[in-house]
Order: sequence, then C-alpha cells, then structure tokens
Amino acid sequence: MSATDTRIRLPRIGRMSNELVLASIILVLVIVMCAVNPAFFSVHTLFSILRSALVPMVFALAVLFVIISGGIDVSFAAIGIFAAYTTVSLAQGGGLDFGLIGILAFAIVIGGALGFVNGIVIARFRLPTLIVTLATQGIFKGVLLAYIGSKYIAELPDGISWLSTANLISIESTRAYLPMLIVPVVLLVIGAAFVLRRTMFGRGIYAMGGDLEGARRAGFPVVRLQVMLYVLVGAVAAIGGLIHVVLGRSANPQDLVGTELDVIAAVVLGGASIFGGRGTVTGTVLGVLLVQIINNSLILMGVPTAWQRAAVGFLLVIGVGIQAVMARRASRRTFVLDTVKE
Amino acid sequence: MNAEQAQPAPEAEPTPEARPVLEVRGVRKVFGGVVALDDVGITLYPGRVHCLAGENGCGKSTLIKIISGVEKPEAGEILLDGEPLSHLSPTQALRAGIQVIYQDFSLFPNLTVAENIVLPAAIAARRTLYSAKNRRPEAQRIVEELGLTLDLDSDVERLSVADRQLTAICRALVQDARVIFMDEPTTALTHSEVERLFALVRRLQQRGVALVFVSHKLDEVLQVSQDITVLRSGRLVANGPADEFDVASLTHAMTGRAVDDSRVVVEVDEEAEPLLRVEHLDLPGAFTDVSFDLQPGEILGLTGLLGSGRGEIADALFGLLTPQSGTVTVGGRAVRPGSIRASVDAGIGYVPEDRLTQGLFLDKSISDNIIAGSLSEHAVGKVLLSRKRTAETISRLFSRLRIKAPSVEAPVRSLSGGNAQRVVLAKWLATKPRVLILNGPTVGVDVGSKEEILQILREAANDGMGVIMISDDVPELVSLCNRVLVVRRGEIVSRLAGDEIAAPRIQEVMAA
Repeated sequence: MSATDTRIRLPRIGRMSNELVLASIILVLVIVMCAVNPAFFSVHTLFSILRSALVPMVFALAVLFVIISGGIDVSFAAIGIFAAYTTVSLAQGGGLDFGLIGILAFAIVIGGALGFVNGIVIARFRLPTLIVTLATQGIFKGVLLAYIGSKYIAELPDGISWLSTANLISIESTRAYLPMLIVPVVLLVIGAAFVLRRTMFGRGIYAMGGDLEGARRAGFPVVRLQVMLYVLVGAVAAIGGLIHVVLGRSANPQDLVGTELDVIAAVVLGGASIFGGRGTVTGTVLGVLLVQIINNSLILMGVPTAWQRAAVGFLLVIGVGIQAVMARRASRRTFVLDTVKE
Repeated sequence: MNAEQAQPAPEAEPTPEARPVLEVRGVRKVFGGVVALDDVGITLYPGRVHCLAGENGCGKSTLIKIISGVEKPEAGEILLDGEPLSHLSPTQALRAGIQVIYQDFSLFPNLTVAENIVLPAAIAARRTLYSAKNRRPEAQRIVEELGLTLDLDSDVERLSVADRQLTAICRALVQDARVIFMDEPTTALTHSEVERLFALVRRLQQRGVALVFVSHKLDEVLQVSQDITVLRSGRLVANGPADEFDVASLTHAMTGRAVDDSRVVVEVDEEAEPLLRVEHLDLPGAFTDVSFDLQPGEILGLTGLLGSGRGEIADALFGLLTPQSGTVTVGGRAVRPGSIRASVDAGIGYVPEDRLTQGLFLDKSISDNIIAGSLSEHAVGKVLLSRKRTAETISRLFSRLRIKAPSVEAPVRSLSGGNAQRVVLAKWLATKPRVLILNGPTVGVDVGSKEEILQILREAANDGMGVIMISDDVPELVSLCNRVLVVRRGEIVSRLAGDEIAAPRIQEVMAA
C-alpha cells in the first residue's frame, strides 16, 4: 500500500458539469424530435417554447432562492394568481387603472405582503417550510375565491392589455411571434444571478442552506434574511402571475395553482439541491427549458396531456434520485489513512 | 520540556507591564436555580496559550458563552485591555476580537474555502455587495502569512477535518481575532495533524494572539499551554503556569480525587473455544489480512493512530463495510459479511465513534433509547412490547450504569457527553450481545466518567461477554485490556499480551 495517497476516489459525475449535462440532454432531445418530426425544427417551435417558458421561468427563479436557502415553497403559484387577479379586478372593476407601472407596483406589493406572511411564520416559529407554504397556499387561494372574486375576467385593463399583443420579434410568414414580455423575464434572470452571486443577501441564502446554525454564528441576521427572502419570492411570484394574466389575455382565479410540479421539477433538474445550499440560475434556466421542451414535444407527438404530468413527475423523481445517490456517495466513508509518516 | 521553550517571546513570563488582553473577574451564572458558575475568573495574555480544563458539565462552555456574549452573567465583569465591557452582545464580542472555534467549526460545506474565510468579516463590515474575486486576495493573504497549504477554491465539504479546522482559524484571523477559543481542537485529528496544529499555534502566539484551549487530552494540554485554569462544578479550583502541573495533579484538580488508572485485568481461559474468530479479512485501501481470536470474557484492545485503519476494521466486523475477502465467525458460525442485520443476529454489538449522531435518537427519552435496539427481546408474541419487561431492563441499566439524569424520561439531548455515552452502552447491553465492539468510547468523556465506563466494561466482560475496544488512549488500554493489537497502515503489526502491555511499548509500536 502506497503511503502517498490511499484515499479511494469515487467517480464524480454531476456537479462540475451539471449545466453541461443538461445542455447535452436538451440538445439530444431536440435532435431526436427533429428526426421524428421535421416540423419541430422551426423558429415557430422555438418561439412557442420560449413563450410557454416565460411564466415557469419567473416562478422557477423564486423557487430557486427558496431551495438554495434549504426550504421549499409550494405557495408561489397561489401568491402569483392572488396578486395578479386582485390587481386586475381592482383596476377593471374599481377603476384603479394607474397604467403599467402602477399595476405592476400594486401586484408586487400584494405578492410581497403574502410572502411576508410566509416569512414571518417560517422564521419566527422555525417551522418546516413545506408545511407552512402548503397551508398558506390553501389560505391564499381560499381568500382569493371567497373575498376577491371567483369569476373569470375576460378583458384586461388598458394599462396592460396592450402588452398581450406586443411582440419583440414577429415573423409573419411563419406566424412566429416572440412576445415583448421576454424582456422583463430576461432582466429578472440577470437580476437573480446578480443577487445570488454578488450581494451579501445572496451569499447569506447560500450560507443558510449550507448550515443554518453556522450562518447564525457567523453573524448573518438569519431571521431577517428569511423574511426578506420570502417577501422577495412573493414579489417575484406576483410578477409571474401578472405575466401569466397578460399572456392569457384574461384573469382566471382558478389558474396556476396546480402547476407547481413543473416549476419545482425544473429547478431540481437544474441542479439545485433539495438539501439546500446549491443551485445556479444557469441550471434553473436550462431546467425550465428542458421541462418545456418535453411538454412541447409530447404535444407534438400526440401524447395525451395526462401523460405530460406523469412525464414531469418521472423527471422530478429521477432528478431527486440522482441527488440522493450522490449525497449518499459523498457521505459514505472514504478511508483516509494518515499519509505523513516518520 | 518541550520544543516551544526555544521560542523566546511567547514563553516569557508576563512581566508587570505585559497587560492582559482579556480579564474576566468574579463571574456568576445561575440557570434555573442551579449555579453554573460561581466567582470564576480567567486572565488571558497576548501570545500565550491558556488551557481551560475541567470535567463535562463543570461550566467551561458556560464561561465561553459568557465571554462570547451569548449568555449574560448575573455578576462579574469582563475587561478588554483593562476597559470594562458592559452588556456584551455576540456582535460586540466579535468586534472586540473574541472568536470561538466550535468543535463542529460552523463552516459552510457548500461554499469555497476562500468564501468561508472572508464571509463573516464581510458581514461584520455590514456590506451589501459581495465579490468573490475581490475578496479572494484577503483569504489568500492570511493563508500565506500562516504558511498553510489550503486550496482556496475547493468546497469545504471536500476538505479533511484538519483542513476545515485551519479554515476556521484563518476565518477567525481575518476578523482580527485577539482571543481565540478552541473547543476540543485535537479530538478528530491524526497524530501528524496535531503536530501541524501546534506548529500553527506557535505562529499565532508570535502574532500576539491569546489562545484558549478546551481539551480533555491532558498530555497535549500540558505540551502546548503556558497557563492553566481548572474548573470543577462551576468553581475555580486551580490556576497557574502550566509547568506547575503534571497529568496527575491536573487530573486530581479536575476530578477532586485521585483517579486510579492501574491495570485491572481478569485472566481469561486461553483454552476456551474462541467467541469470535476473524480470519484474513481484507479490504483494499482500508486494511489487509486481519486475523485474530476473541475469548469469552476477554477485553481486546485494537489500537493505532487515527487514520491507521482501526475504525474501518471495526466497521467491517459490524457489517458497515463489506470486506473483499476473509471470514468472521461467532461461536463457530460464519457471519454474512457486509450485513448489519446478520452481525446483530450473530450477537455483535457496536458502539460507534460518533456517539451523538450515530448511536442515539437525541430527542427521545433515555428509556426509549435504551430499548431501541432490543425490541424483539422485550416482545410479547410478535408485535406487542411487554411494558413490564422493558421497565425492568430500563431501570436495571439506568442504575447499573449510573446515568446522571433527573429521570429515565429525560431526552438524551439534555445529557452531558459522558452520560450520553452511557446511554449508548446501555442500549447495547440491553441486547445482551456476545461480542461488544466499542469505537473510541471515551473520546470527549471526562476523566471521572471514563473511569466508570471502563468499570462497566470490566463487569460486562466478567459476565462472559467478549469486548473489543478501539482506542488511541494508551493508559486506558493498559488499564483495561487482556491483549492489545496495534494497527498501522491497515495491518496488524503487533500483538501485545501480559507484561508487554505498557504505555511506552504501545506508543512505540503505534508510531513506529
């Protein structure tokens, strides 16, 4: 036995190349789809996938933050539709149409307030995030339907209705349109990456996910960070809800809740660790695209919608399974024999 | 006496003009009517290592919590550079340069070494933005100043325990630490890593840092410190320069009695059928060709330095690791390798190394923990537990092992290290194992409790149990074992019996 290095090395798949692996899977999927159905390879398909990815992308950024901090949030869709529907119904029925900026600000305030409820309960009472957000999801949705309104609003206020048909790129020949709303989504993606990498708030979220007690001892104001985090998540979810309403040209209070699976699956497939402390914006973007491409391809292949949800469910189990296996490998004893002698 | 006496500056006696950096006077702390600290003081000088010694529950941790601002004392004062600090908060303590390196280091496993080093300083500076690139040189500078080799860009979870500790030390220094408390810094280090730590400690002394070591390893304490303070039951029982103490006087101060560590061994019948027979056990990378027998009533010591492979051998005997070849038989019947279930069925019990995480349900009561491993022994029929029989076992073991707790319903989390270890022992004794393997059963246990644990093991062996004791505590091996096997680089290099079992001999073979 050599005295220099007797550590048994485990093969490392995954983390170093997580984004690369995802990108390759997407590439392979696209090639397969093109081979199966040449109609797949078109700007039209690209734009429609991007369009369908906008709302999940915004939600995924919110979920990414929570998962990095070591938690999980299932109330974001409820917050999103609550904020968007309330804003639209007030602007429409209450005559409170303050234009785009006003409506956006109003939705963000509502979303932030609902997130604050999550944050306070989680941080002050140190409760499990899944249970708290599951409970508030039910509360938010119930309050929305009971007190704000339960009817479908078919017409959006003027302040935002123009956005529904505004396109950044439109190619009339192939009827391919890229909505203007991709601009705020791209800005949010860049903003999220900046916050996570370059602010103490972002590093604090990673620190909390790595070791909550350690973060406390290192001097991070853990309670304040958690409350801020959930307020931010609420605000971002509100933007997601508003984008959903604008893209759909209508506000339906029954929407969104139930689509959490797609979003959480995308974030986990994007490499965010369900154990907390790990996750990147790049990975999340790729994860969202992967899920949308799969949904889209299944439609093109004529697979019934019910199977789409099953497919995403399978993906989530695979993604989580890979993480669990890797975590077990990492925690399995490596034999570290003392190397320095004499 | 030791190497650092050649160094001039740090060893000098505190001259009248050498002012203490931190002085604690007359501290008193009461928890719910129980006096945790009573009129305790400690004086720390720059460039000197101060050892804070005492048994578990003597008030060491409370004192550290008070100095780091986590707990408020009822009385007493804390002076920094002669100025009293009133209403000390954790942030104030950090700003004053008081750093505590906890046993678990409190690092972020998911972040890089560099970031772990600089983050707390960035928090203290109340930054809002953070740049990994701009911050890295700060971490690099401290690592280079201390002459360390640390991969700054590696994630902390991939580091060895020793490197994590170095990271924690660098982190403290980046925050301009003037006083560093280190809680049990050597417990998880190999021999050579301890040497490196002590070399670093000397460099810290030259920088004028005051260090406080909290440790159970008395010989190390004496080797590295200049001043010693001993606490017992919340009171100051001794303090003074380290060269006025030796292991015996220190032990006496800590326990309040002379602890007998002389050899008490009952002869075993060499002719008897062996209880456990291990033949040619082999696992590449961990150990090679391990063979030995264990007689009923025998206590066998398995020793070697940390990293020698001794722990892996124990893990393999219990089925935690699967050996590549070789056999283990208990009472003549082969045990399926790599199966914990098979090992338990064959009558092997295992007290793991990390008692707090591996062996106990911390939030459950003492009684639940005691019977957790022996449910089938206490069952009526196949599904129901016999309340009467479990109660008997629990009360028998609770009193026999002298577990100090208000009641058997107290959660294990509330117990001190020595008592928690006794609960693990009780759990395994309840299963009535034929062979009991203990991996470092007295690590982190104070001198008095240790003595009692050894006595419990002797009694268990007297009842015919075979005991394998994995330990690097040489005096304990000498006091307890019929035979001692020494492991070096995965091989049994020496088998000692009878008069050969003496401290100098074992140490010599271990380190050779």
